Amino acid sequence: MSTVHIHTTVNGDPVDFLSEPHTSLLNVLRDKLDLTGSKEGCGSGDCGACSVMLDGELVCSCLVLAPEAEGRRIETIEGMAQEGQLHPLQQKFLDLGALQCGFCTPGFLVAAKALLERNPDPTEEETRYWLAGNLCRCTGYDKIIRAVMDTAAEMRQERVSA
Amino acid sequence: MTYHAPANVEEAISLLGSQDNAWPVAGGTDLLVQMRSGRIKPGAIVDIKQIARTMGTSAKDGGFVIGAATPCTALLKDDALCKAWPGLVEAANLIGSVQVRNRATIGGNLCNASPAADSVPALIAADARCVIAGPQGEREIAAAELPAGPGRTNLGKGEFLVEIVLPPREAMSSDAYLRSIPRTEMDIAVVGAGVSLSRDKDGVCTQARVALGAVAPTALLVADAGEALVGSQLDDSALAKMEEAVKAACSPIDDKRGTIDYRIAMAAVYTKRAAKIAYDRAGEGA
Repeated sequence: MSTVHIHTTVNGDPVDFLSEPHTSLLNVLRDKLDLTGSKEGCGSGDCGACSVMLDGELVCSCLVLAPEAEGRRIETIEGMAQEGQLHPLQQKFLDLGALQCGFCTPGFLVAAKALLERNPDPTEEETRYWLAGNLCRCTGYDKIIRAVMDTAAEMRQERVSA
Repeated sequence: MTYHAPANVEEAISLLGSQDNAWPVAGGTDLLVQMRSGRIKPGAIVDIKQIARTMGTSAKDGGFVIGAATPCTALLKDDALCKAWPGLVEAANLIGSVQVRNRATIGGNLCNASPAADSVPALIAADARCVIAGPQGEREIAAAELPAGPGRTNLGKGEFLVEIVLPPREAMSSDAYLRSIPRTEMDIAVVGAGVSLSRDKDGVCTQARVALGAVAPTALLVADAGEALVGSQLDDSALAKMEEAVKAACSPIDDKRGTIDYRIAMAAVYTKRAAKIAYDRAGEGA
């Protein structure tokens, strides 16, 4: 096993780490960089609990090899709140109780943010399809969908009044 | 295990040929899962995504070239490709979730050689060709010839899929792909049906190719199902003939996703629906 030196950007900060080539990006984030917000639910790309942005694209970090992160830009749940201010999606998830155990929540938030950046006015159907790769075993999804739809509406309002 | 990201085809071939148990990887959405389960233990990973030819789509000689490592979602950004081959682009974008499709590729879908792969019947219906590079140079084979059986391909040592080539499209042609799954998303096809056809201005089908997934060890071209449609306006008798040909071609397995009888019955139903969609699409703007 040879260790590889990787240089990358995580939530805007340049980051260097050493990794074995078969290690997943998720394990690097959690075990080497202490960014434990991203979770491992399934390890096979079914549950979305490990969702991160890789060069602006939503991916499962459990399905990315650490060396593939070389020179890439990674954004995780830890970068979502800015200067102590929760992202509107995070605040809405709290206000509407769109979580119970919270294990899936980071993945849902990262995925929902990616949706609203592409489409500020998604239909409920579009939202449900977009979030189909994120599994939640507590909420029954309804509160999550409500929270995303409500946040989208509020963010559109703010854009109009801004 | 070692990781390599060659910058060109020659380097990739040499790595695949020289490293012990080397595996090419594109999106990795199947390979990493199989590595984790212990089913595949690569000695070396050869990541082909840094090779310019494997990434992106382009128009060529009236058709299209799709780099083998192009993510499924990237296909949606090529308007001309979506217009000419809407069924293929849809099939690729039924696979997994957004997270998965941002990484997964139709090249990987083909080389993973699952009988239930969604994009493969659409590729076969489209008469797609595969450009394979290897130690002996490059060769081209039909998409239907690449999978050899569940999880097995006809790629030789040191070979890998570089590009998928879609042929020029005649006017009034289109395609469609449908799959049967018990859910609405994030599932594996119980049956997949791809149809690509051309029609004339009187609505008569002039050419048709029908391909099926999840009803045999590999995705199948059902030549006589396509022929049953040619010369018809997809009337009931032509569709009935097509359905008989489809049913006769199926040799599915019984498993938790569906019984043999159910798969055969659904293959006919979904092929008929896909044929009608392709026919309507081909007639748009007529």
